[in-house]
Amino acid sequence: MNMLELAFFGLCALIALLGAIATVAAKNPIRGAMGLLSTIVGIAGLYLTLAAEFLATIQLLVYAGAVVILFLFVIMLLGPSAVSKREARGPWARYVGAGALLLSSLAMLALIVRAGPATPTAFAKAPAKFGTIESIGHELFTNALIPFELSGALLLVAVVGAVAVARGKQIDPTLLPAADPKGKEAQS
Amino acid sequence: MPLEYYVIVAAVLFFIGAAGFLIRRNLLVLLMSIEVMLNAVNLTLVAFNRMHAGNHTGQIFTFFIIAIAAAEAAVGLAIVLAFFRLRSTVRSDDADLLRN
Repeated sequence: MNMLELAFFGLCALIALLGAIATVAAKNPIRGAMGLLSTIVGIAGLYLTLAAEFLATIQLLVYAGAVVILFLFVIMLLGPSAVSKREARGPWARYVGAGALLLSSLAMLALIVRAGPATPTAFAKAPAKFGTIESIGHELFTNALIPFELSGALLLVAVVGAVAVARGKQIDPTLLPAADPKGKEAQS
Repeated sequence: MPLEYYVIVAAVLFFIGAAGFLIRRNLLVLLMSIEVMLNAVNLTLVAFNRMHAGNHTGQIFTFFIIAIAAAEAAVGLAIVLAFFRLRSTVRSDDADLLRN
């Protein structure tokens, strides 16, 4: 195993994991979006070590360039109210969440222990054009042509739907159940 | 690099995302946790595709997942905006219009 490759892998994995923790733990959603950005960049680096150059590019362009910017736009549109004041969930939901998390982590631990100390399976040498734009594009426009076109239609529908949902329009005030944030009493 | 390292990194990433989705209740953070989980799954797909380097199925799958995640983020954020316009909050606990 190449020492330099291991160092690059460790660096990218560390960036991705720290970014994910920041995403989940940050109180301010802008910090969370920055953590998501760091996760995405780290995973793009991991894709590079997996000989998936095209996907690393797409990851940076689409996720870091479009999705995170969209998140940032919405967070800035909402302003200070994007930070919710009372954050922690009620005890019931918290216990269910923690229990599910504990169970799944135990399952993962059991799987790792059951796999035992077998020698890690190193990758064989990849074929010459594995993961390049040329080969992925060839695959996309031959075997996966119909899903590719359908994903274009899906994106179009998503854009039209997002505009239709988010478009500002006057709301009839009589239809509002509770316009104020803590108007639970007004509902009943 | 061994395959197992990637799978473990992806599993830990997925658990962090799942924990965020279960514990937080800011709608924006929930959407970002979903993105973290999708990224973890993408990482496993690409890693297993690297192990079976004869075809590109895993990478094609990842491509489509990235496209769908982008669409999901757009629609989800639009819904968050509409919800904020209605209730002027982003707490998921306040999304109780259908409860009664």
